[in-house]
Parts: sequence; C-alpha cells; structure tokens
Amino acid sequence: MAEVLVLVDHVDGEIKKNTYEMLTAARRLGEPSAVVVGTPGTAAKLAEGLAAHGAEKVYVAESDDAVNYLSTPQVDALATLVERVSPPAVLIAAGADGREVAGRLAVRTNSGWLNDLVEVDGQREGTHSIFGGAFTVQSRATTDTAVISWRSGSIEIEEQAGAGTQETVDVPAIDEATSAKVSNRSPIVGGDRPELTEANVVVAGGRGVGSADNFNVVETLADSLHAAVGASRAAVDSGYYPNQFQVGQTGKTVSPSLYIALGISGAIQHRAGMQTSKTIVAVNKDPEAPIFEIADFGVVGDLFSISPQLTEEVQKRSS
Amino acid sequence: MNIVVLIKQVPDTWSERTLSDADKTLDRASSDAVLDEINERAVEEALKIKESGDAEVTVLTVGPDRATDAIRKALSMGADKAVHVNDEAIHGSDAVTTARILAKAIGTVDDVQLVLAGNEATDGRSGAMAGMLGEVLGWPSLTHANALTVENGTASVKRETDEGTCDVTAALPAVVSVGEKINEPRYPSFKGIMAAKKKPVNAIGISDLGLDANEVGLAGSLVQVDSFAPRPPKSGGQKVEDEGDGGSKIAEFLVGQKLI
Repeated sequence: MAEVLVLVDHVDGEIKKNTYEMLTAARRLGEPSAVVVGTPGTAAKLAEGLAAHGAEKVYVAESDDAVNYLSTPQVDALATLVERVSPPAVLIAAGADGREVAGRLAVRTNSGWLNDLVEVDGQREGTHSIFGGAFTVQSRATTDTAVISWRSGSIEIEEQAGAGTQETVDVPAIDEATSAKVSNRSPIVGGDRPELTEANVVVAGGRGVGSADNFNVVETLADSLHAAVGASRAAVDSGYYPNQFQVGQTGKTVSPSLYIALGISGAIQHRAGMQTSKTIVAVNKDPEAPIFEIADFGVVGDLFSISPQLTEEVQKRSS
Repeated sequence: MNIVVLIKQVPDTWSERTLSDADKTLDRASSDAVLDEINERAVEEALKIKESGDAEVTVLTVGPDRATDAIRKALSMGADKAVHVNDEAIHGSDAVTTARILAKAIGTVDDVQLVLAGNEATDGRSGAMAGMLGEVLGWPSLTHANALTVENGTASVKRETDEGTCDVTAALPAVVSVGEKINEPRYPSFKGIMAAKKKPVNAIGISDLGLDANEVGLAGSLVQVDSFAPRPPKSGGQKVEDEGDGGSKIAEFLVGQKLI
C-alpha cells in the first residue's frame, strides 16, 4: 500500500490533536507515515503516540537548525520524502505555519494544494468548507501527490496500533541565502484551557459582556465545561479579550461539538468563524439578534444571570 | 531600492459571496469589491520605506478590468506606478499557478529588492502566497510581520501568528507579508487622488510574461474543482425568554443532547 505522509504538529514535546486526525484521514488513502521535524530527541518523545494512532513509519528529521529557520526545515524534509516515496498525499495542519509549509511544498514539488480540507475520501476527493462554511466544495489534485492542509476538528480521531518504525531522514543543509532565520521564539501559551481551534467546547463572549473584567463570567462557564474561550471581533476591538482568541472572518474558524455564544449579536463576520459548530447555544438580550437564526437553543435574557446559573448546573452534574 | 507591493481586490466580506455555476470559481461580478484591507497596510509599509530613504514603489495586481479600482487606490496613497496583469486566460488559476504568474510579473520590474504583500486575503484565505512566491523566486520569505526594518541589505521582522511570536531576518531580495497590526494605512489626499490619474499603469497579458495559455487558468492548475454546493442554511432551533431559569433551561437542553 502507498505511503501517505503526515507532518507531525508538535509543541514542547507534545503532539497536537490535529496530528491524530490527520493520521486517521491518511489511513483512507494508504499507509500513514509520520514525519517528525524537530530538534534532536523530539521523535523519541512523540513515537509512542504516533504508533498508537496508526503510524507505520516515523520519519525522523532532527537537527538543531529545525527551530532556527522559518518553515524551510519542514519543506526540505517533506520534499526529500516526496521525491523518495511518491506519496498520494501529504497532510499538514492548516494553521498559519502549516499552510506556509504546504504552499511552499506544493510549489517545490509541483503538486496540487488542497487547502483547509475538512474531509477526504479514498479517491483523494477533498471537501473544503469555504466562505465561513457557506459553501462546501469538492476538489482533487491532478498531480501524483496532493498536498493537503487539514482543518482541525473536522473528523473523529480513531486509535489504531501501527508499527511506528523509526527511520532517520538525511536532510540537506539549510541554504542561508534563500531562508529566513528565526530567533526569540515565544509560543503563545494558552494556560490550562484547551486550544481554541482544537477544543471540543467553545464558550465565547461578545460586546454584551461589556468589559474585560466581566469576561470572567465567560471564563468561569468555560472552565466548568473544560472549554476554550473565544471572543467576537467587537469584544476584541473593545479590548475586552486578547486578539488571538478572536473567532470569525478575520480571526479563527472553529467547529466544536458545542459553541456557546454569550452577548454576541452574530454578524456575518462572526458567523463565518463558527457556524459549522455542531450545536450552537446563544444568550442575548436582543430577541432580534441574528445569532438566534443559527442557534439550536437560544435564551433571550441577561447573560450575567443566565451564565452563572448554567455554570452551577454544569458543576452540579459533573461533581 | 525597488519595492513591489502585491494588491488584490476581493469581495467585500460584508456582502453575500457566491461561486459561479459555470466553472466553479469565485463569482467576482456578483459581490461588491474592495481593496483588501491588509493590502493597504502593505502599501503603507512600502510608502514608509520610501519616505525614510530612496525607493520606488510599484503595485502589482493580477485580476480583471475592475481591479483598476484597487490600483488607483494604491496609487492615490502614494505608490509610483503599477503593473496590472489582466488576461482572460488567468481566470481560475490555483495558488501554485498564481504564485508563478506573480513571480513572472515581478520580473518585469527592474532590480526588485523587496516584495510586500498582505498575509492573508479575506477571500481565498490560503495565507501562504508570500511563502509560495519566495519559493518560486528562490528568495527568503518573512511572513506575518508586525514590524519591519530594512537596512544594510537585510530585512528584519517581528513575526506574529496565532501560534506565537518570533524575530525573523533574511538577506534581500526577500518577500515580506504583513499582518493586521503593522500600521494604520493613510487615507489618500485630494492631491494624491489627482496625481494617481497620471501615474503609469502597465497593463500586460500572460504572453508578455512568456507564459502560454495552457500553463495558467483552469487548464494550468494542479487542482480541479469537481463540484460545490451551498451548505444548507442552519435553521434556528428553540428560542425561549429567560424567566429566571434560563441557565437551567440551557443545562436541560445540553443534557438532552448528551453534551453534559
């Protein structure tokens, strides 16, 4: 069976959940091979998790330079492997860094790039959800290899034991003249909450929250549900919550099992980032707020009394 | 120093966007078009470099006739001249093909040291054009810049994405994509608007770039769109008035859905 490459998305020695989704999706196309690009010793920490999710091979491209250059180490390693194994597909997480790797790899290997897929079938037919979920589009690469950017939270992760045989990849030395050098890396730390795009439940606040201090009402409910916290553009622009938590057209796209919108009116801009959520609950004072048009369950009322009551109910059930 | 700024006209995100039935490409005629907000920041950054030293700023766009509006806006902000690649054959080009067309078009401007672009257009959202273009040109790409300095043949940026921040440096020539926080673009002055009308716009087709019709557009693309469908609109479900039990009602609903 053909080898399908999956670029492992990892931070601080931990595998991001999306990697497991990609290994699950890769099994439909062939035999998954995980590709680890990182500093020496990285693969050893990740190998067990990768094997438990179906990686038959783990290609190890380790070097000190792996963190010193922007996307080039990943592109170099994947391009080397594409040439060697001619995979039907290479799957890469659809974050900012991953898309950059994917786009560059597609150029370098002359492969079709399917960006932001939420589904792929055994015939390499991919499904995109575009314009904030207003359309689904089916497309395929006409080249031997398809480069696929995979949107987190699209499919259920399935565990399956794989051999996880490690194999070292010799990657050519970085070409300084064509590469961008990186220093002072500081990853955004989200604290103890799950990452916004990977979370199963998202609780988001909007203009109706009223102030930065009041956002603790949103956070408290989120923590009772082990949820990520999101914010509308209006809330971010008003300085209530940091930019990286913005959900919408100009922020992140999320697709959790449950999305709870507190004090969010639901402008097109916001809906574009969350309307593919499986279940949507909305609380808003304004009975005419457009968020109610897409909410599975809506309550017209004051979020400052409703949200604490809901928090209490959730805590009661989980204790 | 010669700087090229990539600009792109996109459908206004506040208007309804759709796809064309005929060839499954973005229906650009049916929605309002605007100069992508992020491109104005790229233009602004180029103008700042021009003002602090000696640079000529060329704006480059690939698009249909009405992309002229985006060009005029950039010229009225203060860019010196424009290249407009306008050719029916380009319609439907995928990202890889677009990167190749842009690279060829950059080649029509002499001695380019810096290419500036927005980090993400609001329509295609590939968010990777700067990196792809760098790959085609064989230049380094410095992406998602929050701050940019260019001196002594080196570009340095503060990079910021959802994943974190870092400093990035590379030798010129280079491609830089700018993020939302890099600057506040200026408004064109009346004088700027008048002056823009006299600035040269080099309108060219793909044959001027040494490309063949079958290398671009739907024919040259490495991706084929098979079908598309509007997602069935999500309909609202239950809506209740809070009578002091709103939180409990939500909890009951979530229990019913097995979500808690």
